[in-house]
Amino acid sequence: MTSPGPGGDIPERPPVTERRLHPVTPFRRAWAPVAVLAGWAVHDPNGAQEQLARLTTTMLLLGLSVVVPVAGLYGFLSWWFTHFAVTDTELRIRTGLLFRRTAHIRLERVQAVDVSRPLLARVAGVAKLRIDVVGADDKDELAFLGEREARALRAELLARAAGFAPETAREVGEAPARELVRVPPRELARALALTGATWGSLAAAIVVPTVLWLTTHSLWTVLATAVPLLGGAGASSAGRFVSEFDWSVSESPDGLRIDHGLLDRAHETVPPGRVQTVRIVEPLLWRRLDWVRVELDVAGSENSVLIPVAPRSLAESVVARVLPGVTVPHELSRPPRRARWCVPMWWRGHLLAVTGAVFVTRGGLLCRRLSLVPHAKVQSVRLTQGPWERRNGLADVHVDTGAGKTVTARLRDAGEAARLLREQAERSRTGRRNARPDRWMTG
Amino acid sequence: METGSREETGTPADEPVWRGVQPALLRVRRLLVLVWTGVLAVAAGLLLGLLAGPAWAALALLPPALAAWGWRLLERNWRSWRYAERADDLLISRGVLWREETVVPYGRMQLVEVTSGPVERRFGLATVQLHTAAAATDATIPGLDPAEAERLRDRLTELGEARSAGL
Repeated sequence: MTSPGPGGDIPERPPVTERRLHPVTPFRRAWAPVAVLAGWAVHDPNGAQEQLARLTTTMLLLGLSVVVPVAGLYGFLSWWFTHFAVTDTELRIRTGLLFRRTAHIRLERVQAVDVSRPLLARVAGVAKLRIDVVGADDKDELAFLGEREARALRAELLARAAGFAPETAREVGEAPARELVRVPPRELARALALTGATWGSLAAAIVVPTVLWLTTHSLWTVLATAVPLLGGAGASSAGRFVSEFDWSVSESPDGLRIDHGLLDRAHETVPPGRVQTVRIVEPLLWRRLDWVRVELDVAGSENSVLIPVAPRSLAESVVARVLPGVTVPHELSRPPRRARWCVPMWWRGHLLAVTGAVFVTRGGLLCRRLSLVPHAKVQSVRLTQGPWERRNGLADVHVDTGAGKTVTARLRDAGEAARLLREQAERSRTGRRNARPDRWMTG
Repeated sequence: METGSREETGTPADEPVWRGVQPALLRVRRLLVLVWTGVLAVAAGLLLGLLAGPAWAALALLPPALAAWGWRLLERNWRSWRYAERADDLLISRGVLWREETVVPYGRMQLVEVTSGPVERRFGLATVQLHTAAAATDATIPGLDPAEAERLRDRLTELGEARSAGL
């Protein structure tokens, strides 16, 4: 499996060993033509039916005898020409048959490492490994690796990113993890049943096609609307249950571990100091149970859920672990009373608190969202004021973070907002000094 | 250099020293408005006059009327654009009706960009744009003298390097 590469850039170093992906990989690529055909059939069902009727058995066999080897060859070649190597400072991925592409991913810039095992991959005993860095492409994932190899590679990458000496990085192994939260399936099911979106999408999937049938009596129109609506309803209820099943969050010296999924298992590792914002979301129907959902933003990573559902006290203790030295404030200040002329009713929902470590805002009256931004993660601060706000002596303060998210303190008193702008810029500058280094084991 | 500053000089040390943008920016913007108004008015006059009758062609007077109003607004807007280099961060303030003030700490800058389009070059102007890791950061200073833009770029890169901090 291993073949000696063209050697490192620096002559004194031992040559970099290049590796190939797991040999099961070509089969993944072989699916592409089938998927294209299926997509076309779904997109244009009438045309597909016509073409199918015209097909004879010989034509079909002839077609298959061309398509299958070509797809197989394409899969094989793209596997053959994909290599990856781990050096002291980076992960290199070389790929491409006609258009060569080399990605060098610097390890100290790692924002998160994801190992995911879709259902079919679990059957085959393989896994995908993806490194989230800012600006990383979808192509920069290693799919597929053997399961044990993926785990070993993740441990090695994290050890190197953490700043362990290159000689020991391979032997450090998996950092021990301590479980913080595990969401029981019953609690998850109850939480989903208490979510408005679940019922809303279900109701839409039942009502809209019925109304359409009664008004148009056209089977195709009804099917064309019912299928996506049912799909949406399924994704927001059963789909979420399946993907959030057995959700556990653990803590290790390498950072947070998030594992979840019933059919497709996903294992995410977020190293220390990578979290840009944390949001505590409290839907209306969960309030009586005092349950919350916790979301987090990491630059370059699309996964955002930290805990799908947990009691508030537990969630707050996890947040204190994710953002060291932070306690979730309960005393937040309201905008001045005159804000009701700008945003009737909802003005009460906009709250703000600034502590020594975080900038905290809360928005929403029915579904409350509490956002926490560590001062060290603030990239820029903006103050905006529209004409109506200006008349009422109010202004908004926006705090931009590296994950592309903006947290806004709305409807503050204009003088307070101006002061907040200056102070927040100062805090964001000084907050960085106390932050941990990128290589978290060297600090 | 012309400064559109409204702040008095001789302010306390921690008060920022504001600088305005070049008057040429106002000229460029007014010229653009004039050109577009002319095109719109002629097009509207011709089309309406030919298709709907001469009475409708009077509607072609609408763009010039709007332009006359915009003439003053442009000046107010131009006056509102200003920036200040402080010890550790850059302040940019702009807008009259929709006011916006941006603070970018030097350590957070990822990239400083100086651009100058053909029209801007003709009028001796350049635009400096700052990028941070946050996409929402909108720190652009238009209408700078090219020499000033280059000075600002060099100073910002230098300060950014000295105070560099990652994500």
